[in-house]
This record gives sequence, structure tokens and C-alpha cells, in this order.
Amino acid sequence: MNTIAFKTIGIGVTFSPNLEANINEAARLALCFGSKLVLIHVGETSDEKSKTFLKFLKPFQNEGLEFEVLFKSGDPVDVILSSTLEKNIDLLIIGALKKENFLKYYLGSIARKITRKANCSVLLLINPSIERVPCKHIVVNGLKDPKTKETVNTAFFVGHHLGADKITVVEEINQDEVSVKVDDDKSLRKSTIIKERLRLREEARVKKILNTIPAEYTKDVSIKSQPIFGKRGYSIGHYAQVARADLLVMNAPTKMTFWDRLFPHDIEHILTELPTDVLIVQ
Amino acid sequence: MRTKETSFVGFVKALPKNIFSGLVVSLIALPLGLGLAMASEAPPIAGVITAIVGGIIVSILGGSFVTISGPGNGLVGVVLVAITTLGLTATYAAIICSGIILIILGFLRLGKLADYFPSSAIQGMLAAIGLIILGKQFHIMLGNKIIRDNGIDYLLEIPNTIFTVINFQDTSLIYAAIAGIISLGIMVFYSKIRNKYLQLVPAPMWIVIVSIGFSYYYELILQAPNPISSAYMIPGIPNIQEIITTIPTPNFEMVGTLPFWSSVIALTLIASIESLLSIKAVDKLDVGKRRSNVNKDIKALGLATVASGFLGGLNVVTVIARSSVNVNNGGSNRSSNLFHALFLVMFIVLFSTELTRIPLTALMAILVYTGYKLASPDVVRRIFTIGKEQLIIFFATLFVTLKVGLISGIVAGLIATFVIHIVVTKSLSLFIKNILKPNVLMFKEENGSYFISVKHFCSFLNFNILKNKLEAIPEQSDVILDFSLCGFVDHSVMENVHDYQELFHKKGGNIGVIGLDVLGTKSEHPFALRRLLPLQNIIPDNKTKRQNNLELVAADFELAYEPLKRKNTAFLENFIYFKTKKIEHIFNQLSGKNDPYRLFDITFSEGEFIAKEVVRSTMLYIKTPPNVPVFTLDREGLLERFYALAGYRDIDIKNHADFSKRFYLRGENAKEIRIIFTDELVRFFESNAYYHIESNKDGLLIFSKERIASIKEIKALLDFGVRLNAIINKV
Repeated sequence: MNTIAFKTIGIGVTFSPNLEANINEAARLALCFGSKLVLIHVGETSDEKSKTFLKFLKPFQNEGLEFEVLFKSGDPVDVILSSTLEKNIDLLIIGALKKENFLKYYLGSIARKITRKANCSVLLLINPSIERVPCKHIVVNGLKDPKTKETVNTAFFVGHHLGADKITVVEEINQDEVSVKVDDDKSLRKSTIIKERLRLREEARVKKILNTIPAEYTKDVSIKSQPIFGKRGYSIGHYAQVARADLLVMNAPTKMTFWDRLFPHDIEHILTELPTDVLIVQ
Repeated sequence: MRTKETSFVGFVKALPKNIFSGLVVSLIALPLGLGLAMASEAPPIAGVITAIVGGIIVSILGGSFVTISGPGNGLVGVVLVAITTLGLTATYAAIICSGIILIILGFLRLGKLADYFPSSAIQGMLAAIGLIILGKQFHIMLGNKIIRDNGIDYLLEIPNTIFTVINFQDTSLIYAAIAGIISLGIMVFYSKIRNKYLQLVPAPMWIVIVSIGFSYYYELILQAPNPISSAYMIPGIPNIQEIITTIPTPNFEMVGTLPFWSSVIALTLIASIESLLSIKAVDKLDVGKRRSNVNKDIKALGLATVASGFLGGLNVVTVIARSSVNVNNGGSNRSSNLFHALFLVMFIVLFSTELTRIPLTALMAILVYTGYKLASPDVVRRIFTIGKEQLIIFFATLFVTLKVGLISGIVAGLIATFVIHIVVTKSLSLFIKNILKPNVLMFKEENGSYFISVKHFCSFLNFNILKNKLEAIPEQSDVILDFSLCGFVDHSVMENVHDYQELFHKKGGNIGVIGLDVLGTKSEHPFALRRLLPLQNIIPDNKTKRQNNLELVAADFELAYEPLKRKNTAFLENFIYFKTKKIEHIFNQLSGKNDPYRLFDITFSEGEFIAKEVVRSTMLYIKTPPNVPVFTLDREGLLERFYALAGYRDIDIKNHADFSKRFYLRGENAKEIRIIFTDELVRFFESNAYYHIESNKDGLLIFSKERIASIKEIKALLDFGVRLNAIINKV
């Protein structure tokens, strides 16, 4: 019954100091999910480049990794987006940049454009590393949205394959839903009751989603549901940071206009302040 | 939840106390109202009208519980400027407009306007207002009326005035100056003398009583005219008919001009800041631990201001000094505010002509003292201990306010604070990039406690986000407030968080702040650090003579002596005596490991904000067996008989008429109290010195006077306690 699978994983590669780490991460994931890996390089083909890629991929090849290297010149955004369509890539990996001296991460402008426009799932890695860092805690959004079911499912799929031991479903409840403003003791009591009611409602909804998840994915993980009253998209990132999550799984944004970027909301908040690795499920 | 009926019964039951408290408050409100109005150069009666209108409207429509409303100190400066630039009738129009703006602010839920001002800047502004009041009235208090351009000039003239007064030739002026000095003395020493009869009448009323008495002494006994110069007497107070017939018409002709609107804005700003600070401070004092509805109160104050402006009164604000007195005298709901207004009406109807017997100099002494309280050196010292940079903000606000005006002053304070924040963090982008972000995350953990995490920075600019989250948590809960993702936390936030910690503690909850130590070591964060480390006793062994003697007493009674300050005073919190008081710390403690006794010096405070009075006393605490009921035992005097009339019940013990007459025994459970008061115990009390004795079920609190006891008194107190404990253990 479960249809989720990442058949082909794509990664854009450039010759940056992070190259080895990026390739290692992507290859490891491809092995985990049993998928094919496509390296996309924006630029001319050359033997030297191919050699470098092969050198890094060699150890994984021995473990049975199937891969392909694609050379294409042009505008990076267009090239990567068209390659994902062409190669049927269903998970695109993008590495984030780290601010110097700060434990803060952000996406480069190209990476952001790709993330916004991509029509496959996107994994943003904040800290690609050569060695494997285990993924223990996954935070996934439980918004009231038709996409959520798929997203939660994916989170469990990924969690199962990466060996996560804890998955937290976060329901962000908009503050506006609490119709009572707190002024004094009486209104505080009222708003506390309303919040409790909303909490139960949301938890029941999430429970329904959780029930549809195959038992093999849920058996080894502890599942928690956490309602949060706050700004959509922003507070989940903050929560992931506070809860020291290793991966944040989110719905892809429905549409993105100019205004959405000017007044950032949902996913845009996450893109400006990457709290941890983020998987955006399409 | 309480039903409507029981709350009505409770209201009726509390009525006598509230009437009494309203009376005491009206005794202050009358002289203060006259004085504040005169200091603003409005007709003296305007201040009383303000208090009456405010008391009636706010008590009916307000959202706070034990606050008193009326003319405020803070507004003196602004009203003064308005009257000198616009004239009196146009000022009434400005007052009405500011009332309307306040109502709008209340509806827009912008009641928390004051949250956006850094606390050091507000302190600087209040100090400046204090200095404006003090500077101007000081000269009048000494019978040397002068007119200068701005606040600083008035202050600089003070030495000159003192010199002039010393060389006065005119006896009527000398009498005027003496009246002022005596009145100032009454204000200063009143709080130092803790006598319950003296304290029954507030200091400003004593001044009124003494000066009216003085005037009658000359008129009736010496049959001579009042020796105080008539230029320094309160000008004619109209009687009630005149007040009603001569209500001024507000003049709206200047509505189109800039000075008019700058006055309106200043009036609104100061009125809302003063009210909000007062409401916040008074909520801390409320015995019922209720939460005021600030926006509702602001609306009511706005409406009252509009009404007051039409009737020839000034801006209505919530006032801290009178509210503190209200709490201390047992005011428990808004009816005391109403009664304060009704008593004022009564005074004006019955005694308005008597008020002209009060010398102006005496009245101005009250204002000089209030001004001093706002700008007292303690404020500067406290700010200095928080940080030198706070002092810069404080003085920047202070000087600009004095030199230019209130609005410029507060703007200067805002700018100074922001610039200092940028300098301290060495980053402008931290603030600009993150100011609009919803940087506070709050969620309820599975175990029912709340977790709040703050990102980026938290200062006066965005404190309201954190505040909204804190407001939405029931105060009985446990909260963890995590600043570890935060690059900067300013002093205003620390101070406010500290207030919330106290509030939660009072209601049984707890706020634990974490993540600041990381901040401190990483960026040497000045505000946070100062706040976290209380001053340590640097030189441990410099005991006073009394401390050395205490050590001897301790050895005598085989107790351990501990001179250092201790903050752990939880065992005192349930005593009725401390309900309206805030315990700061105990020190000089004598205690034994196996003994139930603890004797200590204690520092506590009454009132909040500028009305705060710090009191030190020596008390004995005895841990008692569990069968002792809650009671309070005091010597019965005139005052206690009066209290009995106001609804406090005295429990009589059978067959001990003498004891019942001499002692005033109170408690909820009369039956259990009668069981514990055996013949032996009653005889013990009858044959020993009087003490204030109070039981809170866990222990007894015993003390005699509200001051530090001498070594001899301490020995007597300990001895009394030991013997009392022996008898109680027998029961």
C-alpha cells in the first residue's frame, strides 16, 4: 500500500571544498533508500572532472551504488530543474552554506530559487559531512493540509531507512484560532480551555494520519505529537532547533508569488534560517 | 467558580473595609489634588474634580481592582506647559482630546504602549518630572515665588532661594516659610515613625489638620489675624454651588494648531505611561492576586478624562501612592475608589471654605516631597548597579526632558537605548534583520509545563511578543524560559521577566530562566550578568556592635548565629501580616538545629514604585505542632475597637473578661481557637508584655514593634517565645 520511494536521487555538484562531503552524503542516502544517484554538474565535460567524481564515488560503487554523472552548461537553476525532469529525479539534494563563526546556516540564492521551483522533493543539508552523522530525531509538520498525509508518510519512510528513534509530529495552530484575547483572569481561563480543545482536535487529526502508516515503519520509533500555537512555518523551525532535531520534514509550498517572498511565511522562514536538515516533500 | 450570589455576599461583606479605605485615601486625595492642580497652574479645585470624576467613572467601568484614580504627578509638567502655551480653556479641550485618544488606544488593545519604552528611559523621564515638580514648588514652599524659563533654571535657583529665605525681614513670609518647612518635615518623618494611631491619618492630611488648627488657634484663641502672608494662602475655593454654576467651557478654537496637538500627545503619552506603570505596580500589591484588565482600565480612564475635561478637571490617571494606601488600609475592590470620590464630594460640600485656611507653602511641601520621591538618589543608585550604560540612558532622558520637553526626552531615551544596544552587540543587522520575526516559541510539554524559547534578540523593541506569550500562561504553571538561542537580552526585558517570576511565584507557579550564562560568557552581556549576580558580601568579618552582641545572645541561648542576608523566606509567606507586604530578606538570624525557634531581623516593603516604604524589624518565628489554628492576637486599643466596627470580629474567651477586653483576637475558626486558648495560655498572655502574635498553622510569628529590636528586647522576646512554646506544646 505504501507508494513512497525515492527511485532517483539528484545532486548538483560544483568544485567547492564541500564537494567530497556532498557526494558522500548523497551516495549514502542513495544506498539507504536503494535509489539511483545522479550527479548534475553545470559546466563543460572534462576527463579531469569525471575522474574526481569517480574517485569520491568509488567506495560506494563497491557497495553496489548505481550512479550517473550529467554535464550540462547553462544557467544553474534552469539546468538543474530541467535535469530533474529529464532524469525523473524524485529527491534533489542541496547543500546549505554556513555563516562564518556562527552556528547559523543559510541558503545561497541559486539554491533558494531551485528550492522554490523544484517539482520534486528537496533535501537541504546544513552540514554535509564525510563521515556519517546518525539521524535520530525527525520533526515533521502536521498541518491541516491535503499534502500532510503524504509528508508524514515520507517522514516515517525516511525515518525507517535512516534508523531514527524518534519522530515528532508538530501541529502548528494559528494564534487567530484562539478567539479569546487574554486580558484578565477570566479571559485567561477561557483561552486556556479553548486551546486545550484545539489541542485535542489537532491531536485526533494527527492520530488519524498516523493510523494509515505501515506498521513496519512505526514499530521501532517513539512517536510524539506536539501542538504549537504560533506563526505557521516559523515556529516549527524554531521547535526543530530547540528539540535538536536532525531532520525537519515539511510540506512543499502550494504556490509562491512575489508577495510571499516579500512577506515571508511558511517555507520561506525556514529558507532564511535553516534550523537543521530540511526535507521538503512534493 | 464562584456563583453570582456568593460574590455579591462577599462584596457586601467587604464593603465596610472598602468604605474605610476610601475614607483614608480621600484624606490624601484632597490635599494632593489641590496641590497638583496648583502646581499645574490650574484652579486648585480642578484637582479635586479630577479625583471625583475619575473615582466614580473608573470604579464603575474600570478593569483593575484596587487602584485609585485621580490627578497624577507625572502630568503636572505637561499640563503646566499646556496651560502656559494654550491657556486654560484650550487646555481643557486638549485634555478632552487626549481622553478620546486613550479610549481609542484601549479599543485597539494598545494599552501596553508602555512596554515599548525601555525601563531606564522611563525612569529618567519620571525623575525629570520629579525634578520639574520639586524645582518649581521648592521656591513656593519657602515663600519665594519666582518665574523661570525651564526646569533646570528652577533647580539652579534653589541655593539662591535658601539664601533669600534666611534673610527674610517680613514676618508673614517667615511664617509662610516655616509652615512649608514643618510640612516637609511631616512628609519626611511620617513614614519613619511607625505608630498605628499616627499612621491612621495620612501625612498630607496631618498637614491639613495642623494648618487648619493653627489658623483657628489664631482666630479663636489669640483673636489675631493669621500671621502667614495672605499671598501664600490657598486662593479662594469655590463652594459647591459656585463649582456647578461656573463649569468652564472648553475652548476648541486651537484644534488646528501644532502646539495644541503636541500637548494632546504629551498628555496622552504621560497619562498612559503613568497609569500602566501604576496598574502594574498595584497588581503586585493586590491581596486577591487578581490580574487587571489593562485595556478596559485604559478605556475607563479615557472616558473619565473626557468627562473631567468637560467639568473643569484634569487628566484622570491611575495613581500609585494613593493606590498603595488603599491596599494597606484594606481596600479589596473598586468600590473603595468610588467611596474615595464620594468622600471628596462630601468634603467639598461641607468644608470647602475651611480649605482656604491651608497655607500654600504647606501644600507645596507635599509636592516637593513627591517630586523628591520620583527623582530620589536611590533611583540613580539602583540604575547604576544595573549598569553604567543604563545611567547614560537615564541621564540622556532626564536632561533632554528638563531642557526641551517630555516628548523629546522620551525620544532621546529611545534613541540612546537603541544606540547603546548596537554598541554593546556591535551589530546593527541583528536588530534590523530580526525585528519583525515572531522570535518566541512557546509550547506545552507533555508533563504540563510550558517551554518558551527566544531567538535572535529580545529587547524593549520586541518584548511584547514574549510578553503576550507569558500573559497567556496560567500563573500556576511551571515555565522554562530559554534564552540560549538569543544573542542579546536587554535590561528592560530582564526586569520585566523578573516581575513575571515574582507574579508566578505569588500564584504558585514558577519561571525558570535558562541560557543566560551562555550569553554572558560569550558576549560579556552586561545587562544579563548584572541581573544574575547579587552583590556578595565582600568583607565577611566587619560586624557591628549589635551583631557582636547578638552573637553573645546566641551563645547564651545555645543557638547558632548567621549574620548574612538570606532570601529564603518561604516560611513567612502565609502570615496575614505579610499579605500586603513584600519580604526582601532576613538577616542576623539566630536559630538552633533542633530548636523550633528562629529569631531574625527582617527587611520588607510596603507599597510599590514611588510609594514604596522599606521597613526593618526584628521577629521571632516558632514552629508549632499541627493542631494550632490560624489566629492573630494583638493588644486591644482604640483602633482595634474601630476595626471591630468595620467588620473585623474579636473572639471572646469565656470566663476571661479581662483578657477579652485587653486583647484583640481574630481568626476564621473561633471554635478551634477557643480550644487552644486554655486558662494557662490566657494567664500567660495576661501576665506578660504585649506582642503581636500570629499563627499560620505551621508556626507562630511574634514581634513587638516595626523596627529593629535592641539586644535587651531580643532577650525578652526570646524568653517570651521559649515559655509560650512550652505552654502551646502542652495543649
